[in-house]
Amino acid sequence: MAVGIIGYGTYIPRYRIRVEEIAKVWGMDAENYKRGLMLRQKSVPAPDQDVITMSVEAARKALRRAGIDGSEIGSVYIGSESHPYAVKPSGTVVAEALGATPEVHCADFEFACKAGTEAMFVGYSEVKAGTVRYALAIGADTSQGAPGDALEFSAAAGAAAYLFGAEGVAVEVLQAYSFMTDTPDFWRREHQHYPRHGGRFTGAPAYFRHATGAALRILEMTGKRPEDFRYVVFHQPNGKFPVTVAERLGFTREQYETGLLAPTLGNTYSGASPMGLAAILDEAGVGDLILMVSFGSGAGSDAFVLRTTERLLEIRDKAKRTRDQLDKNQRYIDYATYAKFRGKIRKR
Amino acid sequence: MRDVAVIGVGMIKWGERWESSLRDLFVEAALAALDDCGLDRVDALYVGSMSPGLFTGQEHIGALFADYLGLAHLPATRVESACASGGLAFRQAFLEVSSGLSEIVLAAGVEKMTDVDGAEATYVLSTAADQEYESFHGITFPGLYALIARDYMHRYGLTREQLAAVAIKNHAHGSHNPFAQFPRKIDLETVLNSPMVADPLRLMDCSPITDGAAAVVLCPLERARELGKKKPVKVLGSGQASDTMALHHREDFCYFRSTAEAAKRAFEMAKIERERVDFLEVHDCFTIAEICVLESLGFFERGKAGSAAQEGITALDGKLPVNPSGGLKSKGHPVGATGVAQIVELVHQLRGEAGERQVKGAKVGLAQNMGGTGASSVVHILEGC
Amino acid sequence: MFSAKIWRESPQRYRLEAAKCLGCGKVFFPPRLVCLGCRGREFEKRFLPWRGRVLTFTVIHTAPTPFVDMAPYCIAIVEVEEGVRLTCQLVDVDLEAVEIGMEVELEFRRIQSNQSDGVLCYGYKAVPGGGE
Repeated sequence: MAVGIIGYGTYIPRYRIRVEEIAKVWGMDAENYKRGLMLRQKSVPAPDQDVITMSVEAARKALRRAGIDGSEIGSVYIGSESHPYAVKPSGTVVAEALGATPEVHCADFEFACKAGTEAMFVGYSEVKAGTVRYALAIGADTSQGAPGDALEFSAAAGAAAYLFGAEGVAVEVLQAYSFMTDTPDFWRREHQHYPRHGGRFTGAPAYFRHATGAALRILEMTGKRPEDFRYVVFHQPNGKFPVTVAERLGFTREQYETGLLAPTLGNTYSGASPMGLAAILDEAGVGDLILMVSFGSGAGSDAFVLRTTERLLEIRDKAKRTRDQLDKNQRYIDYATYAKFRGKIRKR
Repeated sequence: MRDVAVIGVGMIKWGERWESSLRDLFVEAALAALDDCGLDRVDALYVGSMSPGLFTGQEHIGALFADYLGLAHLPATRVESACASGGLAFRQAFLEVSSGLSEIVLAAGVEKMTDVDGAEATYVLSTAADQEYESFHGITFPGLYALIARDYMHRYGLTREQLAAVAIKNHAHGSHNPFAQFPRKIDLETVLNSPMVADPLRLMDCSPITDGAAAVVLCPLERARELGKKKPVKVLGSGQASDTMALHHREDFCYFRSTAEAAKRAFEMAKIERERVDFLEVHDCFTIAEICVLESLGFFERGKAGSAAQEGITALDGKLPVNPSGGLKSKGHPVGATGVAQIVELVHQLRGEAGERQVKGAKVGLAQNMGGTGASSVVHILEGC
Repeated sequence: MFSAKIWRESPQRYRLEAAKCLGCGKVFFPPRLVCLGCRGREFEKRFLPWRGRVLTFTVIHTAPTPFVDMAPYCIAIVEVEEGVRLTCQLVDVDLEAVEIGMEVELEFRRIQSNQSDGVLCYGYKAVPGGGE
């Protein structure tokens, strides 16, 4: 019995800030960041948006595509590093809003940027094990980088939601795999507002080691080679890392560009590779193979080998596409407005 | 039911009364009303106040006021119906005298609004809207009336200038009222250049935040000359009605059904036609409100009162003077006191003692007092004797 | 704000749960115990659509305490289906571009959140619809 994605949806806030606008305030060279990190702008959540609101919107699209009712959902998992509450699950609000309560299993996940694929991994596994009929897995973040830190150019907001089931499968999961070590490249202690990171230590021993390790192993497990895939999507903390890792592994621009959102979206952390996957599903044909590899600091990568079915073509147009949300109706703001929206201005 | 008269009225200077507390304001107005009729005791007290608790932290004001008026054992009742609290306190007093239960009853209204800051006052006032389905979303009272104004402009072609004409007219009237908070004339430019509060309503479309109180003394009409010192004024009719709490539940946002119903009941009791009414005191909490109220009261057809102020119809020397006191706009709007102050103005006018703002030959006056966006309305018709 | 007060309204705020009178078919949002139309007391649950049309609107410049940081913001009365209306904010919009009759969609948003120690209040807000 094939188990896989039966519905998916994303949400991207409408506000954007350009790299130039941030660089100007901190006396940095915008061109350097645009070239070096391949970032032009990032999404910014409105003051009334957070992981919960974006998750609800993304999940509603997933439900609409799947054509099932919220009450049929058996589990709700939300992966994020910016859950609005320190104590109290995001998932309860989301489940309540979707009408999934009270017969539902729910948990909030945290694993830096891979909390979203972690939720997907568990949701998929539950359906496969027969524990629940439908599982909802969401990756969402409204991440913050410290003002003036390189992270500020990329830390963005967005959400992707995936419904897993065994009937009406639009995207089969052929293999799921996780690769993890203890690598302190990025962290945030309780009561700290902004995360700290290890600078260049976040590169080779963290992102590249884990993304590469996960990709190579899942290729080996499935007996596939890079050229077997129509699409590939990696975690995208910026525009550069995912391109570097893809090309090192032998993937081409045609394979990675569809799912590469970071240059105009920024890094949506837990939402990043799941949103890239959604952009691919908006375009993919029937029977296409897709490789997805996330990365979360701390550190680890989840990898999925996926194959689309005819069902994808039936559900795709039932909700707004990811690229449409990314490219249309953007509302550009200046740094002062951004600072106000993100609570960076101290009022008392 | 026996006929009832107003024999004493008390009005005090309204405005930012920094030195006066809630109780001070009440006692000052109550003593003025008692002095006006030469009495020093009453049988019962009704006091209208919207939110002394949120504005000052003080509830249980019936007993407090009776105590500080030096009449500690008086039956004293607080009446609340948002901005119609004062009108309703008067109605309760009227019913108590009319029923024969009491002989002399004091009706007062009071609000002390400046003990909180502007944003907090805006919040307190917004509690008179549907807390869970209007206020929760950040709507304010200027905002609710702006929703009405936008709809009215869209449907009937009301202009910004016509709205402003209501404020200009009421300030012109209020310039002759020594008790008014802003007793001065304003011009069109002042209104149109005033800060936006809730688009399309600007600051000069809005009644101000005011500390104030007003009080009146009622007794049976047959004892009015014996108990009072001045010409009694008879309560011809009293009507009260309600409507849906939330503005969005109304079929017509620009028509106050509660006001229409309350007027119908008041006119039925008074047994007179609208033509007999010489002037009106209406609830112009915002410029748009006066326009919609005049239509809801039945003095204008729907969509036709928009130009009344601009054309001078509702001016002091017009065909139907409206708000000779200056209205809420110029006189001020200490919410709970407003309905009682309207009665005070009716009595001043009907006694012929309104000075420069006197409506010539005024025999019958009507007061309309409204809570929320018209979820409650009280209408009274008074006649000079 | 006390959490029970927020929690109680969540069926309406989270899911737009309304009640349809079994007697006369009138739809109420929020649900009522007695029908305004026929005084019936039997209702069935129904969910309102997350889209509608602006009937009237304003832009709040002077805001009440919990909303001060958001001003200026737009508030509209939105008709979500024949005769069923609600009041909510209209966000992610150019304030000058709002007009009567404009199509909107409702989105799940935080409504009040400026109390740093309080429970977060979620619900519906309108955003421009149609064109997106």
